[in-house]
Amino acid sequence: MITAPPTLVSHALDIRSHDDDGRPRHMGFFTDTSLCIGCKACEVACKEWNHVPQDGLRWTGESYDNTGCLSAGSWRHVAFIEQRVDRDSGPQATGGLRWLMASDVCKHCAQAGCLDVCPTGALMRTEFGTVVVQEDVCNGCGYCIPACPFGVIDRREHDGRAWKCTLCYDRLRGDLEPACAQACPTKSIQFGQIDELRAIADERVRTLHGRGAADARLYGADPGDGVGGFGAFFLLLDEPEVYGLPPDPVVPTRNLRGMWGAAAAAALAMAAGVAAAALGTRRA
Amino acid sequence: MAECHPVGFQWVMEAKERGATVIHVDPRFTRTSALADLHVPLRAGSDIAFLGGIVNFILTHERYFADYLVEYTNASSVISEDYRDTEDLDGVFSGFDAENRRYSHETWSYEGMEPAAAAGEREDSHASGERTGSGGIELGEGEPRRDRSLEHPRCVFQLLRRHYARYTPEFVEQTCGTPRELFLRVAQALCDSSGPERTAAFVYAVGWTQHTVGVQYIRTASIIQLLLGNIGRPGGGILALRGHASIQGSTDIPTLYNLLPGYLPMPHSEHYGEFHQYVEMNSAPVGFWGHMEEYFVSLMKAYFGDAATADNQWCFDHLPRIDSDHSAYTFTKGMHEGTVRGFLVFGENPAVGSSNGRFHRLAMANLEWMVVRDLVEIETASFWYRSPEIESGELRTEEIATEVFLLPAAAHTEKNGSFTNTQRLLQWHHAAVEPPGDARSDLWFMFHLGRIIRERLDGSTEPRDRAILDLAWEYPTEGAIAEPSAEAVLREIGGVGPDGAPLNAYTELRADGSTRCGCWIYCGCYAGDVNRPARRTPRQLQSYVAREWGWAWPDDRRIIYNRASAAPNGEPWSERKRYVWWDAAQGRWTGYDKPDFVPTMAPDHTPEPGARAERALHGTDPFVMQSDGKGWLFVPAGLKDGPLPTHYEPAESIHENLLHPEHRSNPALQVIQHPLDPHNDAGGLARGREVFPYVATTYRLTEHHTAGGMSRFVGYLSELQPEFFCEVSPELAAERGLEHAGWATIVSARAVIEARVMVTERVPALRVQGRMTHTVGLPYHWGTNGLVTGDSANDLFHLALDPNVHIQEVKAATCDIRPGRRPRGPALLTLLEDYRRRAGIPVDGAQT
Repeated sequence: MITAPPTLVSHALDIRSHDDDGRPRHMGFFTDTSLCIGCKACEVACKEWNHVPQDGLRWTGESYDNTGCLSAGSWRHVAFIEQRVDRDSGPQATGGLRWLMASDVCKHCAQAGCLDVCPTGALMRTEFGTVVVQEDVCNGCGYCIPACPFGVIDRREHDGRAWKCTLCYDRLRGDLEPACAQACPTKSIQFGQIDELRAIADERVRTLHGRGAADARLYGADPGDGVGGFGAFFLLLDEPEVYGLPPDPVVPTRNLRGMWGAAAAAALAMAAGVAAAALGTRRA
Repeated sequence: MAECHPVGFQWVMEAKERGATVIHVDPRFTRTSALADLHVPLRAGSDIAFLGGIVNFILTHERYFADYLVEYTNASSVISEDYRDTEDLDGVFSGFDAENRRYSHETWSYEGMEPAAAAGEREDSHASGERTGSGGIELGEGEPRRDRSLEHPRCVFQLLRRHYARYTPEFVEQTCGTPRELFLRVAQALCDSSGPERTAAFVYAVGWTQHTVGVQYIRTASIIQLLLGNIGRPGGGILALRGHASIQGSTDIPTLYNLLPGYLPMPHSEHYGEFHQYVEMNSAPVGFWGHMEEYFVSLMKAYFGDAATADNQWCFDHLPRIDSDHSAYTFTKGMHEGTVRGFLVFGENPAVGSSNGRFHRLAMANLEWMVVRDLVEIETASFWYRSPEIESGELRTEEIATEVFLLPAAAHTEKNGSFTNTQRLLQWHHAAVEPPGDARSDLWFMFHLGRIIRERLDGSTEPRDRAILDLAWEYPTEGAIAEPSAEAVLREIGGVGPDGAPLNAYTELRADGSTRCGCWIYCGCYAGDVNRPARRTPRQLQSYVAREWGWAWPDDRRIIYNRASAAPNGEPWSERKRYVWWDAAQGRWTGYDKPDFVPTMAPDHTPEPGARAERALHGTDPFVMQSDGKGWLFVPAGLKDGPLPTHYEPAESIHENLLHPEHRSNPALQVIQHPLDPHNDAGGLARGREVFPYVATTYRLTEHHTAGGMSRFVGYLSELQPEFFCEVSPELAAERGLEHAGWATIVSARAVIEARVMVTERVPALRVQGRMTHTVGLPYHWGTNGLVTGDSANDLFHLALDPNVHIQEVKAATCDIRPGRRPRGPALLTLLEDYRRRAGIPVDGAQT
């Protein structure tokens, strides 16, 4: 059996994307930001493997973050947040300063807005439960972009198509770990079966609470949330907003049926009204 | 460590998850601080005060590991009655020659031992004792007098007490700017984590070494670790993190002018022709340096093969001789003076990476020829048409006669070879792809260069050509590009016996010419004809010591001096820290690691009269390379700037030395005297402090690699840190009107550079000696070439060096910072001259 080495949190994760009978499994990321050292190896490994083009040589002045956000040119993004906090109030806080680092990525939502609105079928759900854009099908309509509650998916200017993290679909088909997870030196990015990752994440939160990090929380681990749970969820040390993440994301297509229903009802009502008016006029 | 060694930092994270306390002491709050349990800021350049404060704490509160201290260190050794401390002589030790700013160490010796003649010390340049760190330190003959009660007023323990008596928490706070309670938390945590049941480790990098007292920084840590019993034990030690993947390897098999492989000293011109004198002077009567002749003869047999015989003193005359300091800054000065006319540059970028870049670039403009081998066209190769001096008009391309050859080099992924890391662990890397185009490995270049030169000289009867013609220069080559076999070189380094079979260990080396070994400490790395550094048994399949992964020198010992992991009687200090122990039934040392001791020497062994080398050790002497078998709290010989670390200010400082007002900076520091290197002390402290009121310090970022040759030319890395920036505190920004994300001009006595401004609380202002001290933080990766360009931070720094190892002080100097971009062209030099005039620094040799 191929297993990853024992991790920092003493888990030997099974990184195979298929079970013993060759059936695909539901795979994903657990990004534990309490272990992130901000090295950005994930960003670089992703670009190397996926041939993501350079994303511009802009110095932002935003701490050590010159990537800025997830985009067509950056499928992993490490955020750097400098904070003043109560002295020694838990992990990543010493001497009154806290420097949060967190590697963001496509959430691979269970209910994915981008996938719902894609008219060409370029966006698809893979056998591993992940969401992937097929670059040879995408026609660049861009509907997916406003449909993502996180602002992840983005169009590339020079070809107009939409791009985002594939959770290294090609690697998963070969039972390989995604490039970012393999490159992460501190196991801040863990790759494995979603259920197993959720169990590890729950235990990790308990551990951190036990160490006094009362603000440690999971983000996107709950299948009951507005996007049906993330295929790539996080452990955060502060409110999601601090990291630039929406606190309560909802897939915009969730109310689609209701909206269409309401629209149909309104149209019917209107038609009825017009008809009634016309009939009324005739009578008059 | 998270900044510069993110991959190694995974083990710190692992330790932290298992309950270790991680403390980060640094002037800046870095990515390491972010993950540490405690970040402790201190003023750059004040670490001996901080560490000396810990020594004081340990002694005052009697927190030392008494049994370890008495048995394994030289705490009980009595020092000569002629010795005088800095506390007696206002900041210098006895033996100081004020005129030449150097020490003679005769008065630092052990009582009861006749100090040995120090022949190498007679040279009056800094070349003398270019033997620091090499060979056996001569202590003379006899047994040092000891007082195991540690009460003798001249025993090392009592000298230590006196020397560090003034390093109180108050002194630490005043000198380092570290709040007292924070300092005490560190001292407490370190002591709480030491003793029979626990160990603590120090990890450092060039933040400690790049000072005029750099060696003494590490010495202070050694004192702490010996007091606490943290050397030779699992989880202990002092780990030097290197700037490149194999810097450890390049000192073991050195790229240094004063060392031969395995820390054998390079012969000095004084020993010319006297092989036996060379061996006698560099052997030690006690410990494994007693076999220096075996190591040396085996090296000469590896170099010269059959040509080396007992009759010709193993070709000793073929070795070049050193006659003075030939270290980097000195030979660069030689370029200015016309004594150095050619320059081969391999994998270095002195135009960006060395202190005072202008000094280097102008020196290169004075060469006849220069060969640069690198992956890309680095600034060192392009100084003649693109450099700050071309921009300012100081240099004109058409007036530079230097002939520059730029040769493409292969990257580590394109060649076979080994890296040696801080644990002395050799790890093999296999070529993944062929080098592109004309790019070739350094091994290829050196081998074929030697081959071609030998072909040219073939048949020559000139005596001067003999050394080259006598070289054993036979290596198999492979593939279309005739790449020499790196494994054949490793096999030669690992040593072979008379039958040509690889040796198992350095104890098999002989002085009769029957063994050949390219580096005695690496002997055995090819034992059994197996490339041991290439072993990669996963850690799940072996013990945590991982003896089946790679190979560690010496003799595959993963923790050096590990005899100290057992108590004097040979039993483990504790079950928890069990590592190597004496098996009485078997009559052998055994354990998880290979014991670093004579395998059958019992703990109660006392040497026979007249015993030599390792047989002269006691069964309780773990430090088998030391001439007395002890860990040295006090260094009786071998250092150029004193037997005990003492707080001195950096060569350029805005502060008083509270301990030694008479000797503000290291009295024995080395200065490369040159008009291009003025220092901010010419006009006195008050004037210098007024004009250059801030501390400048340099460092690296995770996203870039040293002088940028491997990162600024790579898009995926360049975009992560695309511009040179400086980091300043909000207080300093307010004081100088600096705007976040705007531009700043930074001025030192030597250069004017510009950078984008990052205002951040991560570079705290500290209260030192009653005044707020501001630091300007400068990552030093940028230069004129590559995808992202910028000014070079190292241009600001000077050529005051550590006297032991000639390293530059780029971690603490003085500067000014002002808003806005720097002037262009000649106006830049005008601004610099104005600063110098105001600071009272001679401009063009004239005092103003």
